[in-house]
Amino acid sequence: MSANPAPARRWRPLPFIANPWLRYALLAGAALYLALALGSIEVNWARLSDGWARGLRFVSGFLEPNFSRRWDDIVQGMIESLTMTVTSTVAGIAISVPIGIGAARNLVPRPVYFLCRAIIAVSRSLQEIIVAILLVAMVGFGPFAGFLTLSFATIGFLSKLLAEDIEDIDPAPVEAIRATGAPWPSLIAFAVLPQVAPRLLGLSLYRLDINFRESAVVGIVGAGGIGATLNTAIDRYEFDSAAAILILIIAIVMASEYVSGLIRGRVK
Amino acid sequence: MPVTPHPEGGRSWQRHTPRGRIAIWFGWLIAVAFTVFCWRVMTQGTIWAFVWDAPTQAADIGARMVPPRWSYFPALIKPLWDTLNIATLGTLAAIALSVPVAFLAARNTTPSAAFVRPAALFLIVASRSINSIIWALLLVAILGPGVLAGIVAIALRSIGFIGKLLYEAIEEIDEAQVEAIRATGASGAQTLAYGIVPQIMPAFAGITVFRWDINIRESTVLGLVGAGGIGLNLESSLNTLAWPQVTLILLVILATVVASEWVSAKVRHAII
Repeated sequence: MSANPAPARRWRPLPFIANPWLRYALLAGAALYLALALGSIEVNWARLSDGWARGLRFVSGFLEPNFSRRWDDIVQGMIESLTMTVTSTVAGIAISVPIGIGAARNLVPRPVYFLCRAIIAVSRSLQEIIVAILLVAMVGFGPFAGFLTLSFATIGFLSKLLAEDIEDIDPAPVEAIRATGAPWPSLIAFAVLPQVAPRLLGLSLYRLDINFRESAVVGIVGAGGIGATLNTAIDRYEFDSAAAILILIIAIVMASEYVSGLIRGRVK
Repeated sequence: MPVTPHPEGGRSWQRHTPRGRIAIWFGWLIAVAFTVFCWRVMTQGTIWAFVWDAPTQAADIGARMVPPRWSYFPALIKPLWDTLNIATLGTLAAIALSVPVAFLAARNTTPSAAFVRPAALFLIVASRSINSIIWALLLVAILGPGVLAGIVAIALRSIGFIGKLLYEAIEEIDEAQVEAIRATGASGAQTLAYGIVPQIMPAFAGITVFRWDINIRESTVLGLVGAGGIGLNLESSLNTLAWPQVTLILLVILATVVASEWVSAKVRHAII
């Protein structure tokens, strides 16, 4: 009756990667990479200890931001950033909707589909700041270059998501409208757009937000907006002014996220 | 449903009521007027002569940009390695920092919904609102130019991204499993390790790889403000108007971005 009780076994959770060879090879590879990567970083400790005081000044600047020293520049930069955000989002939407429809596999012939997908791929693979550099070289300094950059970036984002959404729509209304003998534009207006409109609105609001954040970046390379003011403030080590600008950016982003949350909640 | 009967017989159908049509029309009017107003304010200082000149400028730059200077490629290998390190080490640092923040921000794991949660949420918003290039600009001023500033910039920007998606994943877990673990008498840490972590692991891995992909993309341009990587070469080539080098660098950046997107898609496919 009394066989030896089975030795107590400790339960272990299943490993994340089942094959032990692969698991240890990946671990060893990761360790090797980390050693090489950390070894190749050159850290200038003297410069770092210099920077410590500056870091503390930046933190104290955040606690006591100075809005007044560069107030006129800040207002000018913010007006440029905000107007740039609005116009580029509107222009971006206006261009993205046709491209998004064109990039939906279920609505258009193949050549149009590939053309629109190619436009989206180009827009998505070029970063805003590189586009901004090239456009500043072409159209000169100022918010117009920023407007073009952000519109261009909006196309890749919005068209891609809109196209994916259109490919997911319920085909029944499309079939129903088509059965009435409606021409293609009516098909889009009455069967497709009503289905994707709430999501399009949500995406547009989200992009408005992104465009505002990006408008702070394109200013660094001369394309207008609050980034230029920020760049000057940081270059002159005026960390309290820089902190004031960053606080304004964070506040505007928070406010716009809150408002777009409210709007999206009402539309759903 | 607004259906208008015609005096001569027959009816026509419309999507909106007359009141609805007027409201929509006014909405569009306000939107258009606001956009036009913004446009006017924005273009006040624009010198249109430069804008109309743009096609000529574009053609000029385009002509200078081809052919790319292929012989410059060996000089780009070290910067590429730096770029990879900035993205990877930055992502690793961000993971270490954002996991605690996410647990503090999630409604079901935060120690105090009144005090700690808002602080963690503010940290996430602050990190997300500021682009990594701006973080890099600041950190180059503080830490000096170099790879380290880039790593910290990427890490600071990624905290918000990983933290936000992770805390949303934590809030969506199945409470029953947590309850079951707790019922066995597990301590708080054990509940975390066996009840919550296994549930968020796939989401966590997906989010991290996704952010790594974005970080590769962003670390290629951090050098423009002095934070190391291939962007430094872009900056110096632009400053010396060496357009054939610029073309080569842009092509290399493009290839890197495509490769990282491919890797991240593969890994995410394998995990999820």
